[in-house]
Amino acid sequence: MFYFRCVIGNQLSAANIECDLLMCIIKVKNLSRHFDGFVAVDNISFTVKKGEIFGLLGPNGAGKTTTINMLSTLLKITSGHAEVAGFDISKNKDNVRRNIGMVFQEPALDNKLTGRENLDFHAMMYGIDTVTRKARIREIFDLVELTDKADVLVENYSGGMKRRLEIGRGLIHRPRLLFLDEPTLGLDAQTRRHIWEYIKKLNKENGISIILTTHYMEEADYLCDRVAIIDHGKIVVMDSPKKLKDILGGDVVSLETDENPEKFISLLKELEWIKTIKKHDGFLDLTMDNGEKKIPELFNIAQSVRTKISSISLHKPSLEDVFLHFTGKTILEQEASQGEKNKKLMMRRMGR
Amino acid sequence: MINIKVVYILWLREMKRFFRAKSRVIGTLGMPLFFLAFLGFGFRGMPIPGLAEGVGYIEFLVPGIIGMSMLFSSMFAGISVLWDREFGFLKEIMVAPVSRVSIVIGRIAGGIMTSLFQAILILSISILMGFKITGISSLLWAVVFLILISATFIGLGLIFASRMRDIHGFSLIMNFIIFPLFFLSGAVFPFDNLPSWVRGLSYIDPLTYGVDGLRGALIGISSFPLIYNFTILVISSVAMVLLGTYFFEKSEYV
Repeated sequence: MFYFRCVIGNQLSAANIECDLLMCIIKVKNLSRHFDGFVAVDNISFTVKKGEIFGLLGPNGAGKTTTINMLSTLLKITSGHAEVAGFDISKNKDNVRRNIGMVFQEPALDNKLTGRENLDFHAMMYGIDTVTRKARIREIFDLVELTDKADVLVENYSGGMKRRLEIGRGLIHRPRLLFLDEPTLGLDAQTRRHIWEYIKKLNKENGISIILTTHYMEEADYLCDRVAIIDHGKIVVMDSPKKLKDILGGDVVSLETDENPEKFISLLKELEWIKTIKKHDGFLDLTMDNGEKKIPELFNIAQSVRTKISSISLHKPSLEDVFLHFTGKTILEQEASQGEKNKKLMMRRMGR
Repeated sequence: MINIKVVYILWLREMKRFFRAKSRVIGTLGMPLFFLAFLGFGFRGMPIPGLAEGVGYIEFLVPGIIGMSMLFSSMFAGISVLWDREFGFLKEIMVAPVSRVSIVIGRIAGGIMTSLFQAILILSISILMGFKITGISSLLWAVVFLILISATFIGLGLIFASRMRDIHGFSLIMNFIIFPLFFLSGAVFPFDNLPSWVRGLSYIDPLTYGVDGLRGALIGISSFPLIYNFTILVISSVAMVLLGTYFFEKSEYV
């Protein structure tokens, strides 16, 4: 059997994933895409396992959408190799297309058609016969809770409704793999929640593999089994959200104590579950796992040596911290500097 | 290679969009009707050099204006790929597992149908204004020419669309491609009146043969034999459709 070994060029990513042909829905090897000399995607490699929710997390302009567009055959690749559902994305485009469902970043609906007509159009493009088509469209409308709006022109839909319709549309032809490009961009918190639950349900109940892009940290954290952090077209690090956060050493509990906590510190040093102790300006920073469960214990210890704790705070590392750790910038800072670059790129492309 | 169902659904979409956009139907009819009315009445009874014996200016003008409406609506249908790109819908079409040729044929079929509809409306209005057609066979010949003109210019529109990133260049094409093609074709005056070096350009404008063919079919008087116009238009439409398909397939639409 042929094994496809995927190694990330980063010593910290312990993920040395071996993925054999039968287990993988996506295999990407040294994939690149250049636009007029600008490198949008730079030699990336990764695999997505069947049944997995895989996330590409990074600032706007990091190359996420370009990657997705290449994998879905909409953009030609500059170099490298990739297989989706077992088919080469450059050589076997129609088979790739048949096996994927696509939900684009910007709405890709025909506003002058009704919801039902949009779904009908899609189903016919995928060669689904009339009887099946009718049944599935009814099913989809139920699923995305738009049955009562089915015959309304899409231009009268709200942003959330459009999104739901699009996700539904991507499922009509029963794809094995769903691409979601920024599935909750520009949606309100409530709709976002709703769509998250919906994506999870699809993955769990129907076993659809999902690859999504996002620049929302909490979205990647909540949804994804594994996340690749992507910046400047390169994959910086890739692993499960939990393991990525563990790289940072766990939760940080900050204690504000009285002047001389020496005794207290010496007791803390004996505890195995405390990984590091840092003292600064009257604060003690302790790193540990499950910080919220350990706080009462810390109080007990402090009391036993009569050390007074005047304040306490718990910080759970987020993917934002992971991003900061690996790139030296927060995702917002990165977007700001990337924005300038993209503007220049856009100008160049428009001038063509 | 060509999937009839795909062609059908794309055609159907064009039909629905067209008939739902009432303002578009009326808007596209406006210009040809104003041309017809003002030029027709304005130059009525004036001696225009080069007109065949016994042909009034309105009779001469009606096939020209129909040809013009075909040129405008067909170029627009081809370039409207850019609107689909602007509104994202093109991605939905392009990611489907269907041959690119079917997509192009579907769009052309839809474009021909909407253009034809407009042409027939203009013809009907002209008949109300007193334009006479000789019979049913002349009408059928006219439809053949209308289809060929439409296919030619939808193909040309697709070529332009594939070279443009957005719709901002449309006014350039309007002013420097569509209008010259229109005036060179002899739609509003006999192109024999043009200086000889300009006339050379008329000979390479497919619309020249389209308008002449329509005149031959509708009023029975033309500069070239009908079959000659027909042959040239068949060649130009096949060539333009093939080129349009080629460029459409080559460009990236995201």
